[in-house]
Amino acid sequence: MASVYTEKIQKSPRIPALIDHLFEKMPEIEADRAVLLTESYKQTEGQPITLRRAKAFAHILEGLPITIRPLELIVGSNSKAPRGCQVFPEYSYTWLEDEFDTVATRSADPFYISEETKATLKKVYPYWKGKTTSELATSYMAPAALAAIDHNMFTPGNYFYNGIGHVTVDYGKVLKIGFKGIAEEANAALEKLSVADSDYSKRYHFLKAVIISCEAVCSYAARYAALARQEASACTDETRKAELLKIASNCDRVPAQGATSFYEACQSFWFVQMLLQTESSGHSISPGRFDQYMYPYYKADLDKGIITREFAQELIDCIWVKLNDLNKVRDAASAEGFAGYSLFQNLIVGGQDAGGKDVSNDISYMCMNATMHVHLPQPSFSVRVWNGTPHEFMLRAAEVTRTGVGLPAYYNDEVIIPSLQSRGLTLEDARDYNIIGCVEPQKSAKTDGWHDAAFFNMCRPLEMVFSNGMDKGVQIGPRTGDVTKMTTFEEFYDAYKAQMTYFIELMVNADNAIDQAHAELCPLPFQSCMVEDCIGRGKSLQEGGAIYNFTGPQGFGIANMADALYAIKTLVFEEKSVTMQDFKEALDNNYGKDMDSRQAEKFTAEVAKSLVANGKTLTADDVKTIYKTVAENNCSDADKAKYQRLLDKIAELPKFGNDITEVDDFARDVAYTYTRPLLNYRNPRGGQYQAGLYPVSANVPLGAQTGATPDGRLANTPVADGVSPAAGRDVNGPTAAANSVSRLDHYIASNGTLFNMKFHPSALAGAGGLESFVALVRGYFDQKGSHMQFNVVSRETLRDAQKNPEKYKSLVVRVAGYSALFTTLSRSLQDDIINRTEQGEF
Amino acid sequence: MNEALLNTVGRIFDIQRFSTHDGPGIRTLVFLKGCALRCRWCCNPESQSYEIQQMKQGDKIKTVGRDVTVKEVLETVLKDRPYYRRSGGGVTLSGGESLLQPDFAVALLEACHQNGINTAIETTGFASAEVIERFIPHLDLFLMDIKHMNSRKHEEFTTKPNERILENARLIASKAPKLIIRVPVIPGFNDTAEEIDAIASFAASLPNVNEFHLLPYHRMGKDKYDGLNRPYLMGDVPPPTAEHMEQLLKIAERHGLITKLGG
Repeated sequence: MASVYTEKIQKSPRIPALIDHLFEKMPEIEADRAVLLTESYKQTEGQPITLRRAKAFAHILEGLPITIRPLELIVGSNSKAPRGCQVFPEYSYTWLEDEFDTVATRSADPFYISEETKATLKKVYPYWKGKTTSELATSYMAPAALAAIDHNMFTPGNYFYNGIGHVTVDYGKVLKIGFKGIAEEANAALEKLSVADSDYSKRYHFLKAVIISCEAVCSYAARYAALARQEASACTDETRKAELLKIASNCDRVPAQGATSFYEACQSFWFVQMLLQTESSGHSISPGRFDQYMYPYYKADLDKGIITREFAQELIDCIWVKLNDLNKVRDAASAEGFAGYSLFQNLIVGGQDAGGKDVSNDISYMCMNATMHVHLPQPSFSVRVWNGTPHEFMLRAAEVTRTGVGLPAYYNDEVIIPSLQSRGLTLEDARDYNIIGCVEPQKSAKTDGWHDAAFFNMCRPLEMVFSNGMDKGVQIGPRTGDVTKMTTFEEFYDAYKAQMTYFIELMVNADNAIDQAHAELCPLPFQSCMVEDCIGRGKSLQEGGAIYNFTGPQGFGIANMADALYAIKTLVFEEKSVTMQDFKEALDNNYGKDMDSRQAEKFTAEVAKSLVANGKTLTADDVKTIYKTVAENNCSDADKAKYQRLLDKIAELPKFGNDITEVDDFARDVAYTYTRPLLNYRNPRGGQYQAGLYPVSANVPLGAQTGATPDGRLANTPVADGVSPAAGRDVNGPTAAANSVSRLDHYIASNGTLFNMKFHPSALAGAGGLESFVALVRGYFDQKGSHMQFNVVSRETLRDAQKNPEKYKSLVVRVAGYSALFTTLSRSLQDDIINRTEQGEF
Repeated sequence: MNEALLNTVGRIFDIQRFSTHDGPGIRTLVFLKGCALRCRWCCNPESQSYEIQQMKQGDKIKTVGRDVTVKEVLETVLKDRPYYRRSGGGVTLSGGESLLQPDFAVALLEACHQNGINTAIETTGFASAEVIERFIPHLDLFLMDIKHMNSRKHEEFTTKPNERILENARLIASKAPKLIIRVPVIPGFNDTAEEIDAIASFAASLPNVNEFHLLPYHRMGKDKYDGLNRPYLMGDVPPPTAEHMEQLLKIAERHGLITKLGG
């Protein structure tokens, strides 16, 4: 076997210049795509939908402004402005219209929008009334499901308002045969059709749509070739002129035909990655195993002596920068849930091939270099780890972690492969998995995973147990009985399970309605032509063209629910030191703590809205009364003291995350209340539901919609993130937390689990620090944890830890060979450490 | 496993998991209570007295010290076995001074060895030779402090002379599988080139010793003195600078020692 080149390679000065240009301005919303799409739709009314989609895609690619940014080596942008974005009215549009005047000033992910763009969009929007996937999906949903969404039981927002994305297409195939080759495949399939086939017309139009899309992409690349030549002829700098001419010749060839060099392969990859995000607004379009499909081109060039490692590195770095050029505007609420302009383009290196051999290669290491060079959030960089992963690979990944970029995320082959097999993947396909978006495993080029199908807040059904299914004056859940009359923990737990199952069922209803709407209104022929077996079956991904079909909605709040149910079990039913009535009162009164006024206003508005929607008439005085009840805490001092005593009792109970087998096993069981019922359901594409246990960043905004919980969590505060222990409750260090989390069943959550750990960079200092860090990952994975990521804290975090020590009880810092829990140090020592962090003295 | 061994009782004040700088790999540190020395710079003042004490930490009062069996400690130690295996780590006895609780400490080390766990000790070396001999068969690594070569100065800053410590260092070096000499570098006590040179020279003269670690003084223990209502004798003495530590390392290297900054 050829030896792997693992050395670091210098960063080209081009890279910082590209990055500076990218981040000069606030990202901007552009209207070109919406205009072109609408023009095309108006011309194709009455035609089959797949054909209309392809024609619209082609029309967009003919008319979308193109641009080559200064110093770029890899070209292709969806927007004129760096990090700009197009909009996608076919999915939904009213939210953006409503937010025209606030989108530039909102706190999460603001976008500039010009008056001209607003005016243009206002002209095209009326056409879309009644034609969007979101409207059709709404009409397909059961009334109870709509009500549950209104009451924040779950949020199917992602695909309800946007494209689906969440796919890894066959990049390798495009690199090899180009879109002309794929069009030929579609043509061959067309020839095989018999006009007498029962689904002839559907297949015929789909295949035609594929061919139109492939041709459109070839013409689009030709536009770039022409632009590059035009710019070259005007260019006086000889070096840049040559670069532009090379860009032109690359675009002449790819992605129409197969790539003949590594550089062409990079350009071809980029067109695919970018155009997938022109066709649809779905995010988490994940490049997957980039080191695998790119390697043959690099190797061939290296063997021929026509590329240097330095230039190959520069090209990869350029791709890393370009991945940050793509952008997407979301509604204000979703922007909070996905904060950080993130498109979750997950790119993974290392791991095994279909035959079970380790296939980390030069490109794997160059991708690590690129993440260090570019130091930006995209791509969501991941590494695959298995028992045969080289130690050198782990150390280099650890070095990337140490830079504080929050990447890579580590994934465990030893769990994910059997987990995927249990969902019907072949061993070979399972071994070739990659990650989509945040943490969701799948087999590339064969899967429509619908991985991010909804957020399910596991705390809300527990609130329903206490309210007997009532929320804000409306019967929203089943009547599981008066909680104060329950006599055994089993009775209480059964009530929780009944509420869980009820709302899971409604979530399935909502997801299936959305799924159906996408199939009917937004099939995506371009995306589909790169996923097996859409061409063979003659149908789009959205209609079930993929080999593997799943729907994966994610639950979160396990740590809170484990601690909460454990508290009820222990205090009410075992010790009998607290009555259920005490608990109910304490929760209703937020343990005697005030709600902040912003939250109270929001909550009052929700209650009022909900009452009106249910036919009640409210006067201004009624609203005032509601606000008073919500905001002001009317507890007497005696009550407050009583609630505080309850909080103290809860605080003393053992908590998930501290390596206490009994509590952890209990948490494992609680997670099953979400993961097990889901397996009973199927989606319209013929696939199965599978659970994920991760929150993206939704644990904060959705926590704000959640009342106080019996684990001592106050109303409207964040819910625990992923499968991680609740913030500040794991106090026995990283190994104890990891042991606890590993006791959950990670196999059943085959849509992914997320375990987040916070470290101060000092904890990873020196060669010894890296070794220990690697051993920590290895030790967790030996115990069958599935995923791990590390938040290496910044000085801002440390300052926050000074202000909110309760959130950071487990944060370890190391100064001069001494480790300590940050929050136990005196203020002056904390300041010392913060100053040293600022100076980067580690 | 021998029940008597597991039921041996000792007094500890903390167990710290995921420790990465007191011996190889990821380790669990068990802090035994009670010490014969009273070093002025000690960063664990709550470890010095054998008595169970109250210490203020933030706005809470913490009880320092508890009596535990070997079995109880072992249970916690074994929890991190996957990480020891991956990192070559294990258990390290710290303190306080473990040599002062030989029955408990030796039983714990023996129990760890029976479970295949690597063992280490951080020690002042201040005990009788008989006690040291009891520990040697159950330890894979001694991390031993040599604080000063001048016995009078040693006594002035730590309350004990150094003769017995130096003798024990020779004993351990000749019989134990591995000994690393560590020096806490304390400004105003032993931070001159001559003083470090003398210690390094002694270390180099020991058979089988080739590692020599310098641990710069730090103020992380200051809060604890306040919590125990004790004066902090080091006052505002600043920690040695990185440059100064580098110079001292170079001096030690001249004796052919493998040197390291920090544990």
